[in-house]
Amino acid sequence: MKTAAKKENFNYRLWKYDGAPGELIPLLQSAQEHFGYVPRRAITYISGVTNIPESDIYGVITFYSQFRLQPMGKYVVRACAGTACHVSGAKAIINTVEDELGVEVGDTSEDGLFTFLTVACIGCCSLAPVIMVNDETHGRLTPASLRKILKEYRRKGKKNAEGAVGAP
Amino acid sequence: MKKIIVGMGTCGLSAGAQPVYDKLEELAEKHPEACVLDITGCIGMCFREPLVEIQDDTGRTIYGDVSETSAEEIFNEHILGGIKVDNDNVIYGVNKDGSTYGSEVSFLDLQERIVLRNCGIINPESIDDYEEIGGGYKGLKKALTAMTPDEIIQTMKSSGLRGRGGAGFPTGLKWSFAAANKGDTKYVVCNADEGDPGAFMDRSVLEGDPHAVLEGMIICGKAIGASFGYIYCRAEYPLAIERLEKAITAAKAKGYVGENIFNSGFTFNLKVKQGAGAFVCGEETALFASIEGERGMPRIRPPFPAEKGLWQKPTNNNNVETFANVPWIIANGAEAYSSIGTEKSPGTKVFALAGKVAKGGLAEVPMGTTIEQLVFNIGGGIKDNGEFKAVQMGGPSGGCIPADQKTTPVDFESIPATGAIMGSGGMVVMDQGTCMVGIARFFLDFTQSESCGKCTFCRIGTLRMLEILDRITRGEGIPSDIEKLQKLSIQIKEASLCGLGQTAPNPVQTTIRYYLNEYKAHIEDKKCPAGECEALVDFVIIPEKCVGCTLCARNCPVDAIEGKVKEIHIIDQEKCVKCGKCITSCNFSAVVKR
Repeated sequence: MKTAAKKENFNYRLWKYDGAPGELIPLLQSAQEHFGYVPRRAITYISGVTNIPESDIYGVITFYSQFRLQPMGKYVVRACAGTACHVSGAKAIINTVEDELGVEVGDTSEDGLFTFLTVACIGCCSLAPVIMVNDETHGRLTPASLRKILKEYRRKGKKNAEGAVGAP
Repeated sequence: MKKIIVGMGTCGLSAGAQPVYDKLEELAEKHPEACVLDITGCIGMCFREPLVEIQDDTGRTIYGDVSETSAEEIFNEHILGGIKVDNDNVIYGVNKDGSTYGSEVSFLDLQERIVLRNCGIINPESIDDYEEIGGGYKGLKKALTAMTPDEIIQTMKSSGLRGRGGAGFPTGLKWSFAAANKGDTKYVVCNADEGDPGAFMDRSVLEGDPHAVLEGMIICGKAIGASFGYIYCRAEYPLAIERLEKAITAAKAKGYVGENIFNSGFTFNLKVKQGAGAFVCGEETALFASIEGERGMPRIRPPFPAEKGLWQKPTNNNNVETFANVPWIIANGAEAYSSIGTEKSPGTKVFALAGKVAKGGLAEVPMGTTIEQLVFNIGGGIKDNGEFKAVQMGGPSGGCIPADQKTTPVDFESIPATGAIMGSGGMVVMDQGTCMVGIARFFLDFTQSESCGKCTFCRIGTLRMLEILDRITRGEGIPSDIEKLQKLSIQIKEASLCGLGQTAPNPVQTTIRYYLNEYKAHIEDKKCPAGECEALVDFVIIPEKCVGCTLCARNCPVDAIEGKVKEIHIIDQEKCVKCGKCITSCNFSAVVKR
């Protein structure tokens, strides 16, 4: 477990970097793990250590859908837009999320609580339509049950934020 | 001692297996003398998840749709009381004499399981389970201690196994190319970048039986003379990655991975590489570029990977299902495998049934089984007594096969004849409510955004096609659009470098071929026969379902909905702008499209 934790650590990975080729994507992944997105300074930092030009790193970041250059919300809502979800009414689900959260696909809500993304397939097609909120999956949704779930996250998120302010 | 097994694949966990496991753990701790608790991967019956299996001296019993409450009931009655809970939730059972029963008995009994032989049976995180229950690493031992590389390749050739990633290239032949190339360093790559939306076969194998994939890769390493392997797994499968890492660690500890395996002098090491979300990386040369840390863009072939692949070294790349077949073939012999399936497509194939099918899940059947058998006999027909319209096979590279061709056998010859492809095994079932123009648009939207941009025809041609399909579904299509789509399809196929572009027009071509009437209805009559395209349908409120809560009326941006509190509401079609707000705001599913 200890090694696994170390592996996730961005600084440890950079420090361990020995010039072996093919390490750029794992480095970017651990940077995103660490910061929640890939900040400009991480690109500069990685470029300095690996000698890969910043422009090349930027090219790799923008190629892959996993990488984000902007901070994400506390809850990342991923609506599955796979084939099985599509035929089971994913469009109404996506519209409902946009309406309930007041954000469009790819955006973060003003209060910083939610980022809304779509994903090609989560892989639990038999529970379609499906959304993921951070690591939790919710299946067999209807617009009504979805609104309930999102409201619950908003309540939890706001409560935690207030709790943090009130804490000593 | 009784054994309780909880299905803990991604599908089980999404359906709520974790709280069920926690509940059973709490109960089992109170009665340590009564039972042991274990986990397993996905058995394929995703439609009844979460699943709990109990093994006792009468045999096996699988309960479906288990909740925390029913878990407690099962524990009290079956584990402590020794009496099976007798209701519809007993979905599958095996008696001591081997006879089977249960409400979903046909789903499993009609299958023939080679790839899924251990999925849902063993604990995927236990190498002992894989060896003792699954007979694992016997094939590897045989390959390393009793066979020469040539004999391994010959066995693979005689088995007739063809690549399960979709193209169906003979595996033994592929291995012989990589083996023939001289070089001090060679690589074995496992493509676990299962990107087809609607396909989850590989995820289930990786989560349910990771050692089978490792064993297959090590045998391949011996056959082609490689000592290092990469598993390229998509990042969207965190549980699969975790179980692969655990499996590699366990196999290293047992000496099945590392130096001098089985004292044969053969060395093999493995590493998992995480993808970063790019569909094109399922194409092998793009996958190599991604492992090398570059943008995942395909390269020109030749040189083929067997000659210059990863890091410009001879490389053999197969997908997860192909590798999972290998240990079974080596252990049981080529003939045992080639006797299953059809002459030209031997063996079995795993299909992911999803969409409007009643029983969505994983089914492994002999090649040559018909679509009808899969959808109706195993899948239980169409959800909510709907009408079977088509199956989509092969994901964004594939096509739609209409209901009147449901007797088509699934194999590498018959499926391409319909215009679809075998693909990796995704089978999305559609009913009368699915618009075929909408499906074509859906896949084009996907391939267009996933095109890497290297080839002009793929980059721009798919966008032009998407624009045309967009306007058809909006009711703004013009008669020449169908011809334009067909022309662009041919051009994109001819002028694209990799499989993505070469197959991207398939969904459009097959839907035009079989559902030309639907295209014409959209273009000429401005109607969507399936009632799906929003611009072409009417939104109506079903009087029986409306409770008069006024929520839809308050959400309507153009005040098109009339009705008083507790009275049935009506949508004014003249004012309606078809935004769909009423559908998403209604708590009673009373608003429908017609």
